[in-house]
Formats: sequence, C-alpha cells, structure tokens
Amino acid sequence: MSVLVLADVDQGKLTPATARLVAAAAELGPVDVLVESAAADEAKALAGVAKVLSADLPRAADALALLLATLSEPYSHVIAAANSTGRDVIPRLAALLDLMPITDVTAILGPNRFERPVYAGNAVETVSSGQAKQLLTIRASAFAPAGAGNAAPIETVPTGNGGVAKVIAEQRAETERADLSTAQIVVSGGVPLGDKFGLIFDLADRLGAAVGATRAAVDAGFADNSLQVGQTGKIVAPDLYLGIGISGALQHIAGLNGAKAIFAVNKDPEAPLVKLADVALIGDLFVIVPALIAELDRLGVKR
Amino acid sequence: MKILVGVKRVIDHAIRIRVKPDGTGVESANLRMSINPFDRHAVEAAVRLVEAGHADEIVIVSIGPKAATDVILVALAMGAHRGVLLETDAKVETLAVAKLLKHVVDEEKPDLILLGKQAVDDDSNHVGQMLAGLLGWPQATFASEIKIVDGGIEVTREVDFGRETLALPLPALVTADLRLNEPRNTGLPMVMKARAKPLAVKPVADLGIDIVPRLVVEKVTPPRERAPGKVVANVAEFAAAIAAEVAKMEPR
Ligand SMILES: Cc1cc2nc3c(=O)[nH]c(=O)nc-3n(C[C@H](O)[C@H](O)[C@H](O)COP(=O)(O)OP(=O)(O)OC[C@H]3O[C@@H](n4cnc5c(N)ncnc54)[C@H](O)[C@@H]3O)c2cc1C
Ligand SMILES: Nc1ncnc2c1ncn2[C@@H]1O[C@H](COP(=O)(O)O)[C@@H](O)[C@H]1O
Repeated sequence: MSVLVLADVDQGKLTPATARLVAAAAELGPVDVLVESAAADEAKALAGVAKVLSADLPRAADALALLLATLSEPYSHVIAAANSTGRDVIPRLAALLDLMPITDVTAILGPNRFERPVYAGNAVETVSSGQAKQLLTIRASAFAPAGAGNAAPIETVPTGNGGVAKVIAEQRAETERADLSTAQIVVSGGVPLGDKFGLIFDLADRLGAAVGATRAAVDAGFADNSLQVGQTGKIVAPDLYLGIGISGALQHIAGLNGAKAIFAVNKDPEAPLVKLADVALIGDLFVIVPALIAELDRLGVKR
Repeated sequence: MKILVGVKRVIDHAIRIRVKPDGTGVESANLRMSINPFDRHAVEAAVRLVEAGHADEIVIVSIGPKAATDVILVALAMGAHRGVLLETDAKVETLAVAKLLKHVVDEEKPDLILLGKQAVDDDSNHVGQMLAGLLGWPQATFASEIKIVDGGIEVTREVDFGRETLALPLPALVTADLRLNEPRNTGLPMVMKARAKPLAVKPVADLGIDIVPRLVVEKVTPPRERAPGKVVANVAEFAAAIAAEVAKMEPR
C-alpha cells in the first residue's frame, strides 16, 4: 500500500497545505509526491516522502486527470488538497477510474474509513469504502504539517498532452499576507465594512494574521473572492478567528469548524456569530477597531 | 446551441438541519425543499445565453423523487424549455448521478452543460467534474463569468489565488459559482406558463444503469459543541483576551 499525493503548488512554490497532506497521507503508507518540477526540491525535503515524481504538470483538469489516471495505477490512495485544484481534478479522475471519491476529509480513521462534513458542517459523516483504491481530497487545515530534513529521490515523469482546455488569463489577489487556509490567526470582515475594509487589513497586519471576508462583502466588491470564508469559500482552522461585523450565517460558520477560539465584534448582541463566539464585544466596529489596534499596540502583543 | 442544465432538489439552504438521534442521517421530514442554490445560477446563465441569441433550447434534468418535479418547474418558470425527471426514491451517489446524466446527454446531445458547483446537502462538488470526465469533455468549474467566443467559450473561474480564465472548445461543461449572475425571481404567471411546458418522467430503474452505492455511510453525528462564551465590556478587556490567546499559541 502506498499513497500518491498531488502537491499543492502556487507560482513554483509549495503552499503550506502540501506538508499537511503529506503528514495525513503518511498515516496510510509510504508517500510519493507528484509535484510541479519547480518545487521538486522543496517536496523532497518533507518528512515521510519516499519518492518525488517531478513533472511539468498541466494546469487544466482535463489533462491533469488523464495524467493522474496513468500514474495512479500502483497506488492504494491518491490524495489532493480540498481546494480549487484538488476539488477540480479528483472527481474527474474518479469518473475516469469508475470510483467514488471521498472529499473534504477531516479525519482519517483507517485505510478506508474517513470523516467528512456535510450540510455546511452541521453534520459529520463517517464513510467507509470497499473500493480497491481510495481517491481523496483532504482539508489540509485539519492535519498537522510534516517536518523537514528529508532527501527523497526525485524521478522525472513525462507529461502527456491530453486536454483541450487552456488557461488564457489569471488575476491574482495580493499575496503578501499569511495563507488563509492554514493561518494561525484570521481576521475577517463582513459587509458593513464597506469601502473601509482596509480596517481589517490594518488589524490583521497588527496581528500577523491572514484576512478573510464574508460572501456578502465579496459580492459587494469590498474584498477579493479569494478571501471568502465559508461553505463555498475557504475553510480555515486558525487558533484565533476574529470576525468583525459578521452576522454568522450558517454558510459562513461552515468555514470555521476547525477554529479554536472565535472572537466577534458586532453591534447586535443577538447575532449568531456573537452567540457562537468565545469572546464577543458589542458595539460599533468603526469605533472599536481603531481603538483595538491602539490597545494592542499599547499591550505590545507580538507573535 | 442546445444547453442542458442539471438541478437538484435539496433541503432549503436557510434551514439549519438536525442530526437524527440514532445517527442514521439528518432530520428531513416536513422541511422546506428547494432547488439547490447554485443550480439557479446555472439556469440563469442558460436563460441569458438564450436571450443573447447564443442558444435556442434549454433542457432541465433532475434525478430524484417525484417531488423533484417542483425544482424542474422553477427552472422552466425561469425560462427553460422542457424538463426531464429521472425518477427514483433511492439515495443516488454522485458517480451514479453523473452516469445517469450522461445517459440524458447521449440522448439530447447538448453543446453546453451547466451544473451547479455543489449541492448544499452533501456538499460533494463532484458531479460536473465526473460528467465531464465520463464524456471526455473539457470542464470549467466554479465559474463567475461565461463568454461565447469564436469556436468555443471563455470561462472565468474562482480559484484559490483569485481568478483564472479558461478557453474551451464546445461541447463543454461549466459549473456555476454564486457570483456568475443574479438569478431572476419568478412570478405566478411564469409558474403557470411553466406548467404547460413538456416534462418527461422516466423511472431510473428502466435505464439499466448501475446505481448501487459504493460507499457506506456508517453514521452521521453532530459537529462538536463549542463551550459557551462571554461578552466583554470594553476594548481593553477584548484586547487583553486577544493577547491571552496569542500568548497561548504554539509556533506552527
Ligand atoms: C448557497 C450559499 C452559499 C454561501 N456561501 C457563503 C460562504 O461561503 N461564506 C459566507 O460568508 N457567506 C456565504 N453565503 C452567504 C451567507 O448566507 C450570508 O449572507 C453572509 O455570510 C452574510 O455576510 P455578512 O455577515 O457580511 O452580512 P450580514 O449578514 O448583513 O451581517 C452583517 C453584521 O454586521 C453587524 N453590523 C452592522 N453594522 C455594524 C457596525 N457598524 N459595527 C458592528 N457590527 C455591525 C450586523 O449586526 C450584522 O450582524 C452563502 C449563501 C448561500 C445561499
Ligand atoms: N440528483 C441530481 N439531479 C440533477 N442534477 C444534480 C443532481 N445531483 C447533483 N446535480 C448537479 O450537480 C451539481 C453538483 O452536485 P454535487 O456534486 O452533488 O455537489 C449540482 O449543483 C447539480 O447541478
């Protein structure tokens, strides 16, 4: 039994998700990592990696699924991140191999038993599979990262040219801040911030935090879509989640199941996020946030 | 151009579901059922392509119980032309849904398939990718914009780093994200008109397609309860509580 992990790479670098995928996969068997060649050296250093398969990976899912279908033959499990890449390719791969995938896995209970949330995280299913091969996407934030210091061998694999879809343009949100999906602190803002959404960035910078947003804030154009947290956005699992001017709709809370402490600022004491929060402060965020930044400065809070 | 749209009947997205005490599933008796929210965006996109003169026929397909007729009617009221219900009372896994949809695609031969990005009951996010895989068609998932161009379509997708645009030849499959459009509301006159539109019902059992589940759902449990929290009085206390959390953090 060995496991093939599709590394998560952005702009030639491993994202923080990859080390977590590798650690999760290592619970199942020896791990081979398929990775974009630019990040092969980074991948070989991850603890638990037996072999790195380095390739010029196609971007579009049609070609990538075909490549994975060929490479997956000897493996008992194929694992990708539950993000916009893994969610795009794993179900397609599953159809090519006539398998049911198990996606958004939050716990590995055995070689073919897993937990996954359903209904926006309001229920958790324990699912088992009698299939010969398990195809999974994993929520990286639910697993600890693998260590480094390894020097696994690198093997170059040829890439076919299967697909017809072509990437012709991309628009990147600025990426200076911590990775939202794996950040230790997340500061998120809701729609009332309006064109003052910069307040959220100021507070996040003060705490070295990643920035998140609600769908309403994204829809209104106050925040980039890559910042949306929730059922249909990113899943976060920080030690501290700070929600500012967020009502706490169940689709938003769906993204917070893994958060340890939840703090909320809201003018409405009955808001669902206030009810859910470990610590809440009631009042006008436009008064509170600048005062909070000043107070954190005064306390010298540092990470 | 002919467009096929898949719509699923789900527990209304605004309802907070409850897990059954015996762990066999979630309570669904007497809850409001609706068209999956993403599927309304898929239908809207199809109707707009017809209104812009790019397409001339929209076929709606749903797999589910007799009552799924309701969600087909929603799509017909929005402007789709006819519906197909593949009727079954069984719980159908996503792979089987994709196979059943492929059966309809083989019959209807659409140029474009529009689905929602995910059904908000099981939150699977599978069927579009699976159906495209079964058909060998290119796919563009999580679409926030669809443009018809010479020789195909250009689709902007919402991805982790922001957005990317894919060019695809037709036939192709697209799954809708919520920012694709603002779905129209349907008034009573449109619903009345929809009732007159053709709706074919076929029992899934007659199609000879294997829908036996591959996975076993052993149990369904509620998420972990969070301990009750507190409301603090002022910014100083709130900041102190943040400082205490930060001090507790272990390096990651
Ligand atoms: C299928 C589907 C999927 C969805 N997916 C997501 C998702 O992934 N993520 C997501 O976030 N949403 C999602 N939504 C939307 C979700 O249902 C809510 O509409 C959204 O989360 C609300 O955003 P909000 O909290 O910013 O706005 P609101 O609900 O309007 O809440 C604003 C809050 O700010 C408070 N407030 C207002 N002014 C101030 C002030 N001056 N000071 C302090 N507090 C103030 C108010 O009391 C209120 O509680 C989805 C919806 C659907 C139907
Ligand atoms: N039973 C069904 N009938 C018709 N379409 C479906 C069905 N299940 C899923 N779909 C389509 O596939 C999309 C993705 O669903 P899922 O993969 O189940 O999350 C949905 O938004 C629908 O467009």
